[in-house]
Amino acid sequence: MANNTQDQDSSMTLKLILAWGFVGIPLCWGVVQTLINSMKLFQ
Amino acid sequence: MSFLDRSHTIAEPGFSRWLVPPAALCVHLCIGQAYAFSVFNLPMTRLIGITQPAQGDWKLTELGWIFSLAIFFLGVSSAVFGRWVEEGGPRKAMFTAALCWAGGFFISAIGVYAHTLWLIYLGYGVLGGIALGIGYISPVSTLIKWFPDRPGMATGMAIMGFGGGAFIASPLSVWLMSKFHTATHVGVAETFIVLGVVYFFFMIVGSIIVRVPPPGWAPAGYIAPKESMGLITRNDVFVYDSLKTPQFWLIWWILCLNVTAGIGVLGQASAMSQEMFPGHITPVAAAGFVGLMSLFNMGGRFFWASTSDYIGRRNTYFVFMVLGFFLYCTVPYTGSVGSVVGFVICFLIIISMYGGGFSTVPAYLRDMFGTRYVGAIHGLLLTAWSMAGIFGPVLVNYIREYNVTHGVPKAQAYNTTMYIMAGLLVIGFICNFFVKPVDKRHHMLATDKRGLEAAPAQA
Repeated sequence: MANNTQDQDSSMTLKLILAWGFVGIPLCWGVVQTLINSMKLFQ
Repeated sequence: MSFLDRSHTIAEPGFSRWLVPPAALCVHLCIGQAYAFSVFNLPMTRLIGITQPAQGDWKLTELGWIFSLAIFFLGVSSAVFGRWVEEGGPRKAMFTAALCWAGGFFISAIGVYAHTLWLIYLGYGVLGGIALGIGYISPVSTLIKWFPDRPGMATGMAIMGFGGGAFIASPLSVWLMSKFHTATHVGVAETFIVLGVVYFFFMIVGSIIVRVPPPGWAPAGYIAPKESMGLITRNDVFVYDSLKTPQFWLIWWILCLNVTAGIGVLGQASAMSQEMFPGHITPVAAAGFVGLMSLFNMGGRFFWASTSDYIGRRNTYFVFMVLGFFLYCTVPYTGSVGSVVGFVICFLIIISMYGGGFSTVPAYLRDMFGTRYVGAIHGLLLTAWSMAGIFGPVLVNYIREYNVTHGVPKAQAYNTTMYIMAGLLVIGFICNFFVKPVDKRHHMLATDKRGLEAAPAQA
């Protein structure tokens, strides 16, 4: 029973990492690109 | 297609509510591409001439209608389909939005290939606009139900994605066009097809992940208040009954005025900064300034909506109106003393509050009208956005034009506009001041059968 709950927990953690990575990585890439462009204001 | 039904999206025990924000972001990051559509404008003016516009090529004025149509249909579709989205559930809505969004890109690609502008109006403008409306409101009520303890933060995360979608779309589109560009081809049609496929995939993943909470679910340790507290109601108002309340129209005007004030300067930020500080802000620096404003627009959506969970929705809008008033009044002063830093800081805060206005409003509606139809009511409210999309740029452009033709130096041509924007925020402050709890006669009763099919999955 305890093992089953532990499996469920680790599977949910993996899902959370995958789901947040799926949206977070492209978003961070976009933010970095925009930040690089924004630096032109200070040049 | 029953797997799309609301009843098939009820979460199993052990489901983490933190999976719902990425599901919402899958949709909002994709439809947020709309803010970056302008990257296609110039390439589409030389589809025939390739290196420069030739006879028969489309004009910028004709292409400008694509975005305007999309925003118009965003408002229309969110208002028309709001109830269907609410009762059909988030998965069905996200799936429909994915079909319309990708379909819009594919039809537009055919339009570019065949050089037929009305196909792009139909594809991106109409079909894409419908996807924008359905996609924008689809995760809102689901997030509010999963996060009754922090509804502002939850909706802020999703709506932040709409602001952030352009960050991905803009460099991605430019990169794709450079890859597909040949001596005889601009590469727009192929870019549309790739974007359609990628966005469809992303949005479908979101629709697969999304779940609604089971009946009676509440986060661990959260005890829902039994009675209404201040402006936060424990009752629900039927979607169309909300239109009969003064609260709906007061919030409609609050959103419209806040967005009008922000959208006008957002579109003109580059030109405005260069004309107010000639010689100090170059076109390259102005482009950097626009990028920085986009970041604050996105960040403000999360920051202000999350803050509203602690200080209250009404107080958050009071901050927007009061702080915005002082900042708009300060902008002409920064121009007169040549303070670029002051000018930049003023606009970054203003634009963060513009984004915050969008992301805080779903939680404001939830406080007023309850959770049951909040998505549909939010859909009706988005007509304020469509209206502001017309008013804001027109105000800035026409007042500037009037001033310049009447001999006002370009550096001071925006001063009147800034004071008018400040004035709009005063009206917004008054509207916000009059927001009171909804009268009991508008509350849904336990015996109310309307929208009964949606009831079993309600939290």
